[in-house]
Amino acid sequence: MTELTSSLSPSMSRTRTINPVPWLLSAPGAIFFLALLGMPLIMTLILSFNSFDYSIGIVSSFGLENYYEVLRDSYFHEIFLRTYSISIAVVILCIIIGVPEAYILSRMRNPWRSLFLVVTLAPLLISVVVRTLGWVLLIGGNGLLGKFLEAIGIAESSAGNLMYTHTGVILALVHVLVPLMVISVWAALQKLDPAVEHAGLSLGASHGTVFRRVVIPQILPGILSGSLIVFALSASAFATPAIIGGRRLKVAATAAYDEYLNTMNWPMGAAIAIVLLVANVVVVMSYNRMMERRFRRTLG
Amino acid sequence: MLHNSKLALTFHSLFVVFLLAPLVVVMLVAFTPNGYISYPTNGFSLRWFVAIFEYPAFIRAFWNSLYLGVAAASISALLAVPAALAIVRYSFRGRDALVGLFLSPLMIPHVVLGVAFLSFFSQIGIYGSFWALIAAHVIIVMPYTMRLVMASVFGMDRSAEKAALSLGASQWTMFRRITIPMILPGVAGGWILAFTTSFDELSMTIFVASPSTTTLPVQMYNHIAHTVDPLIASVSTVLIVLTVLFMVLLDRLYGIDKVLIGKG
Repeated sequence: MTELTSSLSPSMSRTRTINPVPWLLSAPGAIFFLALLGMPLIMTLILSFNSFDYSIGIVSSFGLENYYEVLRDSYFHEIFLRTYSISIAVVILCIIIGVPEAYILSRMRNPWRSLFLVVTLAPLLISVVVRTLGWVLLIGGNGLLGKFLEAIGIAESSAGNLMYTHTGVILALVHVLVPLMVISVWAALQKLDPAVEHAGLSLGASHGTVFRRVVIPQILPGILSGSLIVFALSASAFATPAIIGGRRLKVAATAAYDEYLNTMNWPMGAAIAIVLLVANVVVVMSYNRMMERRFRRTLG
Repeated sequence: MLHNSKLALTFHSLFVVFLLAPLVVVMLVAFTPNGYISYPTNGFSLRWFVAIFEYPAFIRAFWNSLYLGVAAASISALLAVPAALAIVRYSFRGRDALVGLFLSPLMIPHVVLGVAFLSFFSQIGIYGSFWALIAAHVIIVMPYTMRLVMASVFGMDRSAEKAALSLGASQWTMFRRITIPMILPGVAGGWILAFTTSFDELSMTIFVASPSTTTLPVQMYNHIAHTVDPLIASVSTVLIVLTVLFMVLLDRLYGIDKVLIGKG
């Protein structure tokens, strides 16, 4: 976000008097956003301070009970802890899988490179519901994974049933999000000068050392921004944890959904949503700060 | 030229298998002749594709998603073009805040947006209408349109505009005949990205869609939450095939890596 704004050129027409043209041009979009994004968010914030009574419904009062409950109650603790531990696991696995894959892709020759780049990116365009369904069929009770494990004699076929487990949710989320990590690292690799790698090799470093000491430091920004996207999206993921985790493994997004559409406790659902939003914004903002400081340091 | 080692190629093959296995499995199950989830080991059958037509809910949801995607992408483009021109070409107080506002939906979890729209729409009494759904989708696709349109306005050579003006064209003629054609690739790329985002959106839509405005992802999710059968596999297969066709078309017209890497 900041990258784009900072790269914009200062304007050509620099008049001291206020020019109404940019205001008029951006007014339709700005009004639309303030009315249809600002109002709903403010309303949700207000709703989260209301209380809820099972016989009356929503009581418009002002209190912090919902936040107390979300932040204190062990039930919600467990949900948020689960949400973020799943997200961290997904990020780590996406780094372990996505970074080498992006590197391998960048060293391929065409046409293989374009072909596999499309193969990697294509799943992004296919609905998350479809991709998650694939995992249900693979790791479900009678799935292929169980049959495979049984056939090669590692374990009984029931070991392949990962439905309603952390492993299953993490596996499917990695599948959904790893292309984003590959793209991010791929973009960073495009700026890499292969001559530096050759220099490392000719000076006697092994491939492993060159990758660790030459390539990794240069693509670190790509890895970090990929991690940020993957983390934010897995912390707020709904479809995959809802289908594979089910009721047994609630995460923040599915908990908010249940409060809204099953329990009908809207104020509580709103409080969960606000906590999720604030956590997300804090993570993204602190990341941006960190990157800005890094940039300033490297630029002197 | 650096080469990939055997180990690297093995890793790559496993990665491709990991990425494609779930999709291949869905497509295999869709062809089963049996009445339950199974691989077509005893012959291929198209019965589950025929069955889709016996469930008008899926057909209706498909058309809803299509109309919704087209409407949301088009409205977002109409709002994004003038806003991008203002943001890129003028410096004015509040410009950064405006960029932040238009890109903010990227930072807000879709579930939170869903919760917010549900309360808002029911409060003002338009919950369940198709227009409410379109408005919600315009908000979530706007960042994608905005980024691509801003990039194309930023990268545009303005000498052609100056030439048009000096030759006596009016501002409007210049906009229509010079500016629009020159930023069209960016606008089209943004539109496509917006359309696909809208078409696949589930986490927000599930809060806002009513039974009469159900979209395809919501319909599929509700079906899976209830039961997993070969029907949902055949619907998914149709969707995969349509997506691949769309992608081939996109690649021919535009270069798919350009559109998708713009998304990251």
